[in-house]
Amino acid sequence: MPSTITLPENAPALKAQSKNLDFYYGAFKALKGVTMPIYENRVTALIGPSGCGKSTYLRCFNRMHDLYPGHRYDGKIELYPDDVDILDHGVDPIEVRMRISMVFQKPNPFPKSIFENVAYGLRVRGEKSESYLEDKVETALKSAAIWNEVKDRMNESATNLSGGQQQRLCIARSLATDPEIILFDEPTSALDPIATGSIEELIGELKSQVTILIVTHNMQQAARVSDYVAYMYLGEMVEYGVTNDIFMKPKRQETEDYITGRFG
Amino acid sequence: MSRNTERTEELRAIIKSHKRWDIIFGLVGIAAIALAILTLLALFTEMVIDGFPRLSSGFFTNFPSRRAGEAGILSAWVGSFFVMIVTALFAIPVGIASAIYLEEYARKNWFTDVIEINISNLAGVPSIVYGLLALGLFVYTFGFGQSILSAGLTLALLILPIVIVTTREALRAIPQTVREGAYACGATKWQVVSDHLVPYGMPGILTGVIIGLSRAIGETAPIITIGALTFIAFLPPVPFTGDPAAGMFDWLFSPFTVMPIQIFNWTSRPDPAFHANAAAASLVLVFLTLGMNGLAIWLRYRLRKNIKW
Repeated sequence: MPSTITLPENAPALKAQSKNLDFYYGAFKALKGVTMPIYENRVTALIGPSGCGKSTYLRCFNRMHDLYPGHRYDGKIELYPDDVDILDHGVDPIEVRMRISMVFQKPNPFPKSIFENVAYGLRVRGEKSESYLEDKVETALKSAAIWNEVKDRMNESATNLSGGQQQRLCIARSLATDPEIILFDEPTSALDPIATGSIEELIGELKSQVTILIVTHNMQQAARVSDYVAYMYLGEMVEYGVTNDIFMKPKRQETEDYITGRFG
Repeated sequence: MSRNTERTEELRAIIKSHKRWDIIFGLVGIAAIALAILTLLALFTEMVIDGFPRLSSGFFTNFPSRRAGEAGILSAWVGSFFVMIVTALFAIPVGIASAIYLEEYARKNWFTDVIEINISNLAGVPSIVYGLLALGLFVYTFGFGQSILSAGLTLALLILPIVIVTTREALRAIPQTVREGAYACGATKWQVVSDHLVPYGMPGILTGVIIGLSRAIGETAPIITIGALTFIAFLPPVPFTGDPAAGMFDWLFSPFTVMPIQIFNWTSRPDPAFHANAAAASLVLVFLTLGMNGLAIWLRYRLRKNIKW
């Protein structure tokens, strides 16, 4: 397996890079030496069969594993332009989560009002000015393409929204704090095809303002939304490249088998 | 064709013989429920018949008396009220804080396992044991005396496991994805607890607190152990009144009695007129606990309407 990868020519600026990343759940080694670039304002998709470590990899980027005992990181994830290693023990996971936000597999709005859901990230940062909060909430809801549906019901409970609306609300929540990267963990797996379509469209629009890393079990989705794809298997990064290249002419047999449906 | 009909007949016979057990168990179930409900109903009816005629405004505003017709429950309900205040003030914050610590902060290791097992066991300790502990600790060692404070703290210890266990259950019922969502926004542990877990767990927490208090209000054994009076014709001092003026917290150290002890006292008298008093006071106590449980159900229903996952 490649421990280094050749960067594509004319590549855009790097936003982050994992270097030889190992991850352990207790004694189980879930990630094995994953090295991979994340390009700024691009969508990078992680594909692979269930249990291949793609979600585990994604959750390293906001140190979500720190919430649970028995985790261990080895290696680095460097965040640019300031070159900070976000896995370093000296770096507070809360600081990382304030820079890199996340959208989850199942929509998880708080049982609070629509407004408070989107404002929450700013509130934990100590923002008190209501007019500033209102501005930011409106901007985020517009970016998440849900403003028109909710602008007259900001004080209603977010849990009354439909599944697709809830997921777009969660995207607005993750956008409101102007993150540098948004992590999407199979964001459409709990949604119907129409809601899925609108989320995919939204991801395409968002990449102009934020770098996106998305885990998906759906290869068509990876092909539709991403600029770069990484195929993972058994905790290793098997192949990484420009989306078209991976889907049209994969270099490795394993990748081709998975993409063509002969495996996985 | 005929083979098929034969087979269907056979199946029908089997189903019919199996279904007999449905009917038998249904009847057994009805009998069991009837036994339970009818016994309760009989007890309750007798209590109402004996006690209801004694319920008048005087019954609530009179001190106990040697003459059954003039005796009332003033000192008992006032005592119960103040003891409950002390119990609530102590059990609610300590119980909720312990539960939050165990559920959200403590690392899972053998030490927290031991604490967990002990808390569940504490809920099953006979209440008289709490009374003995309190007699040694609160009454003598701390020198609180045979007071409202000692009683309140004793009952608080008694219901602490209930409050802790129900609070932990309420916290555990909050989906992990909601916690992760809050942490992903950059929240600290305390922000997650105070902005999310406590508000979302509140219906369950309140239910636990009220169920705990309604258990405490009926407890007799530990209160007798620490030495509540059985005949008392004065109320705890109101702060800044009397001569010399009572201090702000003097009521905490006042002798007292509570409802169940008053009932116990009246039932042990030979004069049947006092038994009517006991029935009337029991009626008040039963309605108090029913009312508290009803409040718990209503609160849970009201608050849960706004919380869905």
